Amino acid sequence: MFRNNYDNDSVTYSPTGRLFQVEYALEAIKQGSAAVGLTSANHVVLVALKRNAEELGSYQKKIIKIDDHMGVALAGLAPDARVLSNYLRKQAMQCKMIFNRPIQTYKAALSIADKAQENTQSYGLRPYGVGLLISGYDETGAHLLEFQPSGSVLEYFGAAIGARSQAARTYLERNLEEIKQSESVEQLIVHGLNALRDTLSQDVELNSKNTTVSVVGKDQPFVLYDDENVQQWLDKLDSVTNDRNRNDGSGSGDDNENDNNEDNKDEEGLKDNVETQQQQQQQPLGETREGDADRMETDE
Amino acid sequence: MNHDPFQWGRPSNDTYGPYNHRIAQANNAEFIDHSNTSLHSAFPKMNTQQPIITGTSVIASKFSNGIIMAADHVGSYGSLLRFNNIQRLIRVGSETVVGISGDISDLQYIERLLDELEIEEEVYDNEADGANAFLRAPNVHEYLSRVMYNRRSKMNPLWNSIVVGGFDSERKPFLKYVDLLGVTYHASTIATGFGSHLAIPLLRQLIPEDKDYVKVNETEARKVVDDCMRVLFYRDARSGEQFSRVVITFDDEKSGNDKINFEFVKDVKVENQSWRFAQDIRGYASKQQ
Repeated sequence: MFRNNYDNDSVTYSPTGRLFQVEYALEAIKQGSAAVGLTSANHVVLVALKRNAEELGSYQKKIIKIDDHMGVALAGLAPDARVLSNYLRKQAMQCKMIFNRPIQTYKAALSIADKAQENTQSYGLRPYGVGLLISGYDETGAHLLEFQPSGSVLEYFGAAIGARSQAARTYLERNLEEIKQSESVEQLIVHGLNALRDTLSQDVELNSKNTTVSVVGKDQPFVLYDDENVQQWLDKLDSVTNDRNRNDGSGSGDDNENDNNEDNKDEEGLKDNVETQQQQQQQPLGETREGDADRMETDE
Repeated sequence: MNHDPFQWGRPSNDTYGPYNHRIAQANNAEFIDHSNTSLHSAFPKMNTQQPIITGTSVIASKFSNGIIMAADHVGSYGSLLRFNNIQRLIRVGSETVVGISGDISDLQYIERLLDELEIEEEVYDNEADGANAFLRAPNVHEYLSRVMYNRRSKMNPLWNSIVVGGFDSERKPFLKYVDLLGVTYHASTIATGFGSHLAIPLLRQLIPEDKDYVKVNETEARKVVDDCMRVLFYRDARSGEQFSRVVITFDDEKSGNDKINFEFVKDVKVENQSWRFAQDIRGYASKQQ
């Protein structure tokens, strides 16, 4: 019950200076399927895993073109992504209309960051529930930016958002140097798909229906590969299933359990960390002890 | 509508009542009538103005690796040469110059717009280092052309002719015009007002066709522009003897580092004037000595 007093709206700070509504919005991103972005000197690649609600349904679009030189991948609430990407499109068109030049990637990103930030400081509004990877090629080269509903925008060589994105991030970190020096788009896409593959759960594999790839770069207008067009890139992979699942191949049922346990453990570990931090921060404050006790109760 | 041939095209009096001819003759003086405020409601809203303090020609030319622009320092009040210290060439950012002729109060307004633009584009959130200035001449021109067309579409124009000079994103010389109607064109030689009649023919001798600007070097362009300023001072009754000259060059082959030289010289004087012949001219036809 500790949180309940402070998480009803986005205009209330918690005693530790956190905005829980914003943090819940960040949580919505983790529920979305994974999207991965990575850059070389001259290109930016976005790859994403599309989800369908059921076998009979279509797959949710994950990558949205903004302009000839810019596109975004989303994880989280798709309607919020539509709002933000339409706003980005408007900004891009406005820049073309008024200044006769393509909008700077960082400028576009900051424009939606400001928009998102406003929603975290006025009553009656809610933060956006979507994270975006913004890819763009402009006068200053190739750029990949991660947008969060808190309004924070950071530039990355490689980034991943969405469910189980930590696995992709690990892959990107391990292969960073190689990725940065990629000469061809193909290398970059393969790295991207490898990273995306690591986010897959047990029973899923990359196929032309659930994978989507986009490229933008020098002399390369934004292009989206979907459905049959994405097969050419999938063919370049050694395998379309998650590496981790393949390696401990025997006893798949057990694996599944282990996997889940691992994931859960990770999450719990994270929570624990956060909570211990809270505790530590709160200890000196006499007033919050009560709340602390509350929390302990509910945990038990 | 009235179909009487002598009244053709007029609203018919039967339907609309007699036409108020003062509407057609309305002017600013009448509009600002301090004694009778009721006139404000009796007349349609009126923005359209006439220029008051004005600046005359701006002349500009491209050459192989840059552009040159010049404008004098006079602000005329009708035929009274009221001010002699009006700076009509405006530097925007590190590699663009905007030359403005026409109404001076509108010039000052545009000057403020450009200041804001420069701050917004080159300072706010600008992560690029100095070498990578994003506000190039084509951007400035596009912005001004939007402002000018927007204002004339509201029937409230900024009463100016503007020349924007600098470099495009490929670092090629850029020169483009926009005026109070929002009309734009680009050319290797551009002049506004009187200059378009007197300076363009001279500049076109140097650069007969648009693509020929690459054959012209800085020295040649400077000479012709100075000649143009002299000719304008001879024949334009609203011009002055002092002028400003901006020369922007881009050296890529010379030094290897893409360096922009922005030379802004004020108070240049028209030189080498020839008046001696005047003493031999007497009368208007038959008078001898």
